[in-house]
Amino acid sequence: MKKPVAVGGERDLAHAPTLVTFQGVSKTYDGKVHVVKSLDLTIAKGEFLTLLGPSGSGKTTCLMMLAGFEVPTSGEIYLGDWALSKKPPHERGIGMVFQNYALFPHMTIAENIAFPLEVRGMNRASVKEKVTRALDMVRLPQVADRKPSQLSGGQQQRIALARALVFEPELVLMDEPLGALDKQLREHMQYEIRSLHMSLGLTMVYVTHDQTEALTMSDRIAVFAGGHIRQCADPRKLYEEPSDGLVATFVGESNRFDGAITGRDGDVVTVTTAAGTRLRAAAIDVGSEGSAAVIVRPENVRVGAAASGLDDTIAGRVADVVYHGDHLQVHIAAEGLDVVAKQSARDVVAPRPGDEIVFGFSTAHARAYDPARTDH
Amino acid sequence: MTDVTAAERDLVRAHARAERGRRWTAFFLVAPLFVFLIFTFLVPIGDMLRRSFMDGDVASVWPQTVAVTRAWDGSGEAPAALWPALAADIKASAASDTVAVAARRLNYAIDGGRTLVMKAARRLAKIETPPNGDWRAVFADLDETWVAPKTAAAIRRASGPVTDFYLLAALDLRKTDAGAIVTTPEKDRIYRTVLWRTFSVSGMVTLFALLIGYPYAYLMTRSSKRVAGVMTVFVLLPFWTSLLVRTAAWIVLLQEHGILNDLLMRIGLIDHPLRLIFNRVGVVVAMTHVLLPFMVLPLAAVMKGIRPETVRAARSLGATPMTAFRRIYFPQTLPGVAAGALLVFISAIGYYITPALVGGADDQMLSWFIAFFVNDTINWGLAAALGVVLLACTTVLSVVYAKIATGRRFA
Repeated sequence: MKKPVAVGGERDLAHAPTLVTFQGVSKTYDGKVHVVKSLDLTIAKGEFLTLLGPSGSGKTTCLMMLAGFEVPTSGEIYLGDWALSKKPPHERGIGMVFQNYALFPHMTIAENIAFPLEVRGMNRASVKEKVTRALDMVRLPQVADRKPSQLSGGQQQRIALARALVFEPELVLMDEPLGALDKQLREHMQYEIRSLHMSLGLTMVYVTHDQTEALTMSDRIAVFAGGHIRQCADPRKLYEEPSDGLVATFVGESNRFDGAITGRDGDVVTVTTAAGTRLRAAAIDVGSEGSAAVIVRPENVRVGAAASGLDDTIAGRVADVVYHGDHLQVHIAAEGLDVVAKQSARDVVAPRPGDEIVFGFSTAHARAYDPARTDH
Repeated sequence: MTDVTAAERDLVRAHARAERGRRWTAFFLVAPLFVFLIFTFLVPIGDMLRRSFMDGDVASVWPQTVAVTRAWDGSGEAPAALWPALAADIKASAASDTVAVAARRLNYAIDGGRTLVMKAARRLAKIETPPNGDWRAVFADLDETWVAPKTAAAIRRASGPVTDFYLLAALDLRKTDAGAIVTTPEKDRIYRTVLWRTFSVSGMVTLFALLIGYPYAYLMTRSSKRVAGVMTVFVLLPFWTSLLVRTAAWIVLLQEHGILNDLLMRIGLIDHPLRLIFNRVGVVVAMTHVLLPFMVLPLAAVMKGIRPETVRAARSLGATPMTAFRRIYFPQTLPGVAAGALLVFISAIGYYITPALVGGADDQMLSWFIAFFVNDTINWGLAAALGVVLLACTTVLSVVYAKIATGRRFA
């Protein structure tokens, strides 16, 4: 197995040719509500793109339009040079893995994997060989003659993967493929899918509502909300420099302080909360007046002595300290909010519940957004 | 287990006692239902089926004759003791008005048996003692048939207590005087034709129910809850409609100057009205109509369990819509097809009233003949034998159904 590259975003896809293009694609079922609104998106060859968003955000509809199970109301999708609107699903040659695997219950595992090869009229000997190789690839050579119902969820998922890959499609779509698995198995499968993606040089479009999954697996993530892509960037940029409040709160954990903008100095705004605390924050998605939501990641919140000398400090009382093994989560009641701070578990003095405490963060880590574009 | 302590033994005993008590309680709770089933179901059906092989008619009214024939091995001339016994029995039964029972039974075994016996009953009443004490001569004088060897053999075969006569007759078979089983002559054959007709009508009804029911059930599972509800009501409607109303409706639709014929003639598709009712067409149409729910409901139940993603997966893997249906969807519906087809077929082979009302003389099925023999000719033996044939077919099919229902389930 290949060693995975440390951070997906570091792979250079800037010069890869484009494989998929969404051009002004809209989808509506009743003519009034748009599930997807004039969407433009390009996917590079060899890219692992994740469509991330809450349910009903349009991400699955996009995937289904790409697969051919939904037809765009307007706009066009191109796969290479083909306009897809004239191509039925079976002529697109796109591998697809479904949420609940969609294995054929009346066929054995080998027959399941052989299916895409048989409908392509491949001769028996080659089919047999390819099925064996596909089963080896997902490390389940012993289950060929079993029925899907005799396999565990994780095994079924790997078979679904083998079936979608066996006919060597250029593009593979995955619709929340790990949603039904437990946490440990899910993490293991994330790793396997990622290494398959890299060793086979596939282009993958992956739909999930699990932001951790999106961060760990993708080259690029498109965050969907209300039928729009709110931000499309590599995981690091998306996590550290979210372009609007929704992306900031949906991807990763965050603390949110609402207030009114009371001053602006270049790229720094001063936000005064309802309790009267003045916070200095980087102006990302705000003007020089009106209300703002200041978003701070828990790992950027400093507690106690570490907070002294920071730009923004707030007084609060420790409500709870939760031990997570590698880190502590300190819940602080302040400003009528539950503020979460992440601390190394090896800190010598851990705060205790009930302690009156001061916490703070630097201006660079406090990012001010338009509250209207923050709520889900 | 030698080291079981006394305390443990007591515990085991107490537990066994408690469980025994619970079992008895359970038994008493279901006992009334059990008794009800025995008296309303097992006993009447068992009694009816018994008649297909029991043969006590002659023995009950002619005890002396039967005593003689049962002692005889059936070969050669009839024993001399037969004639006085027969004469005494006929006279006694004529006096007690039971001779008709024997006459009816012998009519099945001997051509013109009823006339033979009734005539003898009238004549013998006037003869106290035969000339020379020879009753055989008296019978010979009555009718030569009486003294023919095959008559005595026929009486012997009708003496009971058991007979294979009815069951053989139900399959158009019979025993020769020599005891060999042969097929009834062509002109007298009837039940094989009826059995074949019963199966072919049922088969056609099953086929049409499948052809209509399959797409209907598919539509039902794919529709919204409300539409599916309405569709269920429509398919169940024939169940809730009175048989006569339903049949009358079909007659209105299908008769010579009915709605359908009028319509077809008006649009110029036909010149003369088609004969659509009181024949096979009418029977198949009306039966398919009423049996459709038995096809649609199991099909819809199975179809509801099929994940639509499996068809989508097949399409994305390169299958045309036709291939996806043939290789992925249809095989998954097979348990429903089998269940529906068997339910419809099993119900159809027992159909009686619908063919009687909308069919012609050549469309009557096995059940009609059972009713005929019970109500019109009082030949319960043959009715029971036909019932056995029908029950045997149904049982075989039910076993097949049970096998399919339990064996082919996907987890």
